[in-house]
Amino acid sequence: MANKLIVSLSPHVHSGDSIQKNMYGVIIALLPALLVSFYMFGLGAVVVTLTSVAACVFFEWAITKFILKREVCTICDGSAALTGLLLAFNLPSNLPLWIIIIGALVAIGVGKMTFGGLGCNPFNPALVGRIFLLISFPVQMTSWPVVQQWASYTDAETGATPLALMKMAVNGDTEALSQLPDTLSLFLGNNPGCIGEVSALALLLGLVYMLWKKIISWHIPVSIIATVLIFAGLLHLANPEVYASPLAHLFTGGLMLGAIFMATDYVTSPMTHKGMIIYGVSIGFLTVVIRNFGAYPEGMSFAIFIMNAFTPLINTYCKPKRFGEVKK
Amino acid sequence: MKTFRIGGVHPAENKLSAGKAIETLALPKQAVFPLSQHIGAPATAIVKKGDVVKVGTKIAEAGGFVSAAIFSSVSGKVNKVDAIVDASGYRKPAIFIDVEGDEWEESIDRSTTLVKECNLKPEEIVAKIKDAGVVGMGGACFPTHVKLSPPPGCKAECVIINAVECEPYLTADHQLMLEKADEILVGVSILMKAVNVTKGYIGIENNKPDAIKLMTEKAVQYPNIEIVPLKVQYPQGGEKQLIDAVIRRQVPAPPAIPINVGAVVQNVGTAYAVYEAVQKNKPLFERIVTVTGKSVKNPSNFLTRMGTPMSQLIEAAGGLPEDTGKVIGGGPMMGKALLNIEVPICKGSSGVLLMNDKEAARATENPCIRCAKCVSVCPMGLEPFLLATLSAKNDWERVEKEDVMSCIECGSCQFTCPSHRYLLDYIRLGKGTVGGIIRARNAKK
Amino acid sequence: MNLILIAVISLGAIGLIAAVILYVASKKFAVYEDPRIAQVSEVLPQANCGGCGYPGCAGFAGACVKAADAGSLEGLLCPGGGAACMEKIAAILGMEAVAAEPKIAVVRCNGSCENRPRIAKYDGALSCAIAHVTSGGETACTFGCLGCGDCVTACRFDAIHMNPETGLPEVDEEKCTACGACAKSCPRNIIEIRPKGKNNRRMVVMCVNKDKGAVANKACKVSCIGCGKCVKVCPFEAITLENNLAYIDPTKCKSCRKCEPECPKGAIHAVNFPPRKPKVEATTVEAPKADA
Repeated sequence: MANKLIVSLSPHVHSGDSIQKNMYGVIIALLPALLVSFYMFGLGAVVVTLTSVAACVFFEWAITKFILKREVCTICDGSAALTGLLLAFNLPSNLPLWIIIIGALVAIGVGKMTFGGLGCNPFNPALVGRIFLLISFPVQMTSWPVVQQWASYTDAETGATPLALMKMAVNGDTEALSQLPDTLSLFLGNNPGCIGEVSALALLLGLVYMLWKKIISWHIPVSIIATVLIFAGLLHLANPEVYASPLAHLFTGGLMLGAIFMATDYVTSPMTHKGMIIYGVSIGFLTVVIRNFGAYPEGMSFAIFIMNAFTPLINTYCKPKRFGEVKK
Repeated sequence: MKTFRIGGVHPAENKLSAGKAIETLALPKQAVFPLSQHIGAPATAIVKKGDVVKVGTKIAEAGGFVSAAIFSSVSGKVNKVDAIVDASGYRKPAIFIDVEGDEWEESIDRSTTLVKECNLKPEEIVAKIKDAGVVGMGGACFPTHVKLSPPPGCKAECVIINAVECEPYLTADHQLMLEKADEILVGVSILMKAVNVTKGYIGIENNKPDAIKLMTEKAVQYPNIEIVPLKVQYPQGGEKQLIDAVIRRQVPAPPAIPINVGAVVQNVGTAYAVYEAVQKNKPLFERIVTVTGKSVKNPSNFLTRMGTPMSQLIEAAGGLPEDTGKVIGGGPMMGKALLNIEVPICKGSSGVLLMNDKEAARATENPCIRCAKCVSVCPMGLEPFLLATLSAKNDWERVEKEDVMSCIECGSCQFTCPSHRYLLDYIRLGKGTVGGIIRARNAKK
Repeated sequence: MNLILIAVISLGAIGLIAAVILYVASKKFAVYEDPRIAQVSEVLPQANCGGCGYPGCAGFAGACVKAADAGSLEGLLCPGGGAACMEKIAAILGMEAVAAEPKIAVVRCNGSCENRPRIAKYDGALSCAIAHVTSGGETACTFGCLGCGDCVTACRFDAIHMNPETGLPEVDEEKCTACGACAKSCPRNIIEIRPKGKNNRRMVVMCVNKDKGAVANKACKVSCIGCGKCVKVCPFEAITLENNLAYIDPTKCKSCRKCEPECPKGAIHAVNFPPRKPKVEATTVEAPKADA
């Protein structure tokens, strides 16, 4: 025999799945939304996205190498690039470079590497970055350029987002709801907002891709979307003057982006199907509550953030149904 | 199409030796019979150095109720009773027989005529099966007569034959069905008679359409036997999964066993062995073994006498490829990697799989990304990531609480893990340790 | 100004109320604990190694106090702290310290990469317990060290380390407290907790292979083949041969070193003895070869 035989326990074959495949799969699923954002926001979107991705990858590399002093390089697994992309999707296209870089540092440095890197973080790193920026730079983070100013970056003209209009209606402005764009243009993304969140259609394409490739299961996105539809629908039925229609809620703000890409983050979402549904329903409920009754116009990121914190608890109490288990 | 209801994966089938007719392998120069080749107490040798044996002579007596006798597969002289490295990688006692000629015991009916009639009483059938040393041929090697003797309070309702062969690469059962369909059906009806039931099912995965077709045609003569085509899904060959797939009943967590839901599961190879034992007086001393692998010249199915060294089978299939990195006894999902190729073929050896260097090496472990894929594929509804982590931390109390004893060690979790984590390695450690703790606790009571 | 005043007063009031509640609670729900337990705990190493047989250092402290009340500290030993620690405990409790024989962990395998050729490659989780159930190991010896370092992980005193050259664990005699955690973690029972011996000198059979001589001989250059030469030469009947394996009983061994040169495979080690004088060596039969 030329070489020594390898002994190990079974199984001796592997599906060939890997972290890279999953991470790049999500990145591919994000591409339609990325292209739409380039079309809507032009140069600004390109600059913000590139900066965010590059900064996240750089910080991951630098922290692994100089602070954690690990030999294995983890930037190739695509998780840092994905965090960068998701962070960029949550930013307006006229955000100055230095703010983006601070956001990336917080996302990777505080949100991920302090806890030990991939797989250890309790909160979605991109969300940590976004919420940090939203609280620290509220003015810059809530001025959204109007679409299709292709050549402008920080100098772009800004306008009110549909969510801001919805908030004004809740706060007593009876005219505000009538200024909302029609549902179709909301669906296609023809309105101001963060880079990645505007086009529900493009995000849904991403969802279909991820379901097809079995990167995620349907439980989280579907339960979030269904809850928002039902809860916002009830409010709308109770008082159509004040509360916007459920479809408007669905296609505005970061709801689709959050439901499909942010809440489904592997590390910070529950592990069982039952748990995923509890998690999704809670996110949907909290989002509508914050949007309609909270101080901020957008509640998606906070809702996900809060439920991230509950994930360990959900994991402890939601066990999968054991084989042969009899209901008591 | 039916299948089991929780989890499951679909590994690449790689049935390289499918459709290869069964060839009879030449006799070995020396045959070696390990004394513990079944679950339960090891057999006790009843021959000594210098004894002359024939093919079919009993050489070791069952060492208890859960045990099985061992029969010589060759004629010749006992060389010694000594230790040999078996599939477990450890030295275990075994009987070595030097082969001389090929003289069979006269009681064995060597004709190929089909004997359909069986007028024995159930107890007589079970006794005959016990006396022939028949054990489960699927790999677990549980003594068949034990399964056919339901504990008090349990009543068998049906016999389910496992002809699923869900392990990739292996084709021994498939080929057996194609060539011995009539004998298998007689064997199944004998098994049904032994446990006094009127319903029998044969579960076959639909990647073997020729076998399903043939068996369905032949089963027309047996109104009580139903052929159940099943969707291809691993680990359908697991006893509990098969019961769920075929009759939609789930066996509760251990210590419950299939008979608690009225099912008696037997491998298709066992059904054939039962036919030979009851109708032909032939004890279990030969079986079909698949020799396969991507670099193997002629992947084949061999009718092999027990005790033949694996090296002889590999030689017959075209020799050991230069790039062999791993030799596996059994299939790739649950088989055992072997330390050397001189390990003898035993009652449970369904195949020899050769993997080349590249296939054999495991990828490096990455951190768990909590993707929950292991949870969704676990056919027992467990949380493999949790069991593995707790086992690595030696938290045996919680490992037990998380139902580690339900694990069937199918390997679906590790197969699917994108981080290539050694989940099953640790779960096995946990299961082994907790099993020991439970036994110690029961012994105290 | 007014605002600040309100804040100070209200916070102060809350603080006061909380303090009262805490005070009442601490008095009302106080559980009496023997103060000596805390005192004893203080002198213990707090490694919670469990080597004493009690659940952690606190458990051991409780046991010491109980034993002192019963009259004697006999049988109690903190392997981590050793005799010095026991003396302190005895002083606290006003008792006589009972001297215990100092012990040490000994790795009874010398199957280094050089002595024991590898015949296979283990590819799995880095855990001896798992490697043990996977197969006989990377070598033909199914009794020897697996080299995954479960003992190193188990040690709470940083007293056992893998030697990357030999692939075997080595005990740091200074740090080892003989708590037994390593011996418990070893799936093959290679590590033995045994008396340190007079002047820290001891005779050990560095092998646990129970295979027949021929098999053991083939598997490893320095294995015990159960030839029994050492048994014959021992004047004190300290060596026994069972299952093809010699064992030196430390309670009977007088460290005469007669068995060491007798072993044809060099499996018997004399630990911490001064090197033999050349004169003695010249009288042995194999001396000419060894000298060169």
